[in-house]
Amino acid sequence: MTYLRLLWLFFRVGAMNELAYRANFFVQLFRSFLGLVTGLAGLAVVFSHTDTLGGWRPDELLALLGIYFLVGGLINLVIQPSMERLMEDVRRGTLDFTLTKPEDAQVLISAREVAIWKLVDLALGLGVLVVALVRLAAQVGLGQVLAFTLALLAGGAIVYSFWLILATVSFWFVRVENILVIFQSMYEAGRWPVGIYPPWLRITLTFLVPVAFATTVPAEALVGRLTVQTLLGAVGLALALLAVSRWFWTVGIRHYSGASA
Amino acid sequence: MTALLDIYRAHFKTTIASQLQYRAALVIWLIGMVLEPLIYLVVWTTVARSSGGQVGGYTPQDFAAYFIVFMLVNHATFTWIMWEYEYRIRQGTFSAMLLRPIHPIHSDIADNLSYKLLTLSVMLPTAIALSLAFRPAFHLVPWAVLAFIPALVLAFLVRFLMEWALALAAFWTTRVNAINQMYFVALLFLSGQIAPLSLLPAPIQAIGTALPFRWMVAFPVELLLGRLQPEEALIGFAAQVIWLIVALALVHVIWRAGVRRYSAVGS
Repeated sequence: MTYLRLLWLFFRVGAMNELAYRANFFVQLFRSFLGLVTGLAGLAVVFSHTDTLGGWRPDELLALLGIYFLVGGLINLVIQPSMERLMEDVRRGTLDFTLTKPEDAQVLISAREVAIWKLVDLALGLGVLVVALVRLAAQVGLGQVLAFTLALLAGGAIVYSFWLILATVSFWFVRVENILVIFQSMYEAGRWPVGIYPPWLRITLTFLVPVAFATTVPAEALVGRLTVQTLLGAVGLALALLAVSRWFWTVGIRHYSGASA
Repeated sequence: MTALLDIYRAHFKTTIASQLQYRAALVIWLIGMVLEPLIYLVVWTTVARSSGGQVGGYTPQDFAAYFIVFMLVNHATFTWIMWEYEYRIRQGTFSAMLLRPIHPIHSDIADNLSYKLLTLSVMLPTAIALSLAFRPAFHLVPWAVLAFIPALVLAFLVRFLMEWALALAAFWTTRVNAINQMYFVALLFLSGQIAPLSLLPAPIQAIGTALPFRWMVAFPVELLLGRLQPEEALIGFAAQVIWLIVALALVHVIWRAGVRRYSAVGS
């Protein structure tokens, strides 16, 4: 309960900060819209030459595109800004202020920065997903929606743990922002199903940089292509990574000695 | 002329020394440069396989050749000048550049070329590795291979000057990111980045031919792959020269107006 109140508080602070710059909302709206049009036009070009891409039909890839924007929006909304703030704080020694607060430090650093205008991406992604769902209505049952929700939650947890582990590395190596840029460019690959990539790239996108769990796996769950084993695997991996990232974070925080003193 | 060459030589030395300090950042930027053509290569290869071995005259091996050459040409011609200018003007470091007795575009060209020279040591092995993985088919035509070299130089000049002119938008607005994004979307579809232009709908192809984007990247690629007739190549060179003149004029006009507007921010 406390954590929900904290989340809401951070969200409100982020909103208040950004509402001072309202024109940014229209800039973000324009940019998100441009991103969406680009994605749709890309699909249109590909499907003007074929009916299926690696076994995926147009409406199914539309759902994947919606999930791609949804998860990308979530990452840019809170995960990325908070983790960047963490690395900056470690570098400047200002993490001390967070550590002295009477709440769990991991919760504080994970949701501290909210870039609220990225909600636009989230909303557009949701919109695309709903359109795709309506068109796929005959194909999607309740079971699939449940599996999709589970897969999406697992994907979110995996991406969050991945970022937390990388950001925690900054306790030892101060300059790691560059590694995070790698995730940003690899995430691009997630707008297409990972099944079409050659094996070495598919393995990279699944285990080295978990893009597949964030986009392809939830989409597969939605269109009924996911096996129970993969779903359980994703959930198991999510739980394991949450535990590992938590452990790594506590090791890292013990290593932290402040930089300002 | 020799004075200018000396200045370039000095710039090469200093920028190569300073960029070697950021080796990690260099490699990370390259991942994006390689991954994007790789994604579209995989997508189009999949499409070609599922529609009976070829799409619009491209087999999977042709797509491999197209996107590998595209990656190299795109690398040779790309610039990051729009972010550079946004930073320079926002931080006020631009003031120091104005004090030098030489037009700042020269240091930007030297920076760009020295970066390309450095990163070629990564791009070439990558291209070879991708060739081993995707087995591209090259149908080289001798005259077209020779014509590729001036086409690449012209493409670099047109793209550099166009993007330099675009970067100067930072004199007027702090929201250059939205402008840049629009430019990159146009580049994605009209320069042959998402697919060879001949696979796009006819109206888009017509727009691509009328605007400079095609002549900045796709033209040298198609030329090297032997996909153009001699007449088409001549039309391409004419378009490149026309856009080069337009770009030079744009740079000249926008630069004069922009510098007059500039009042140092920061220090």
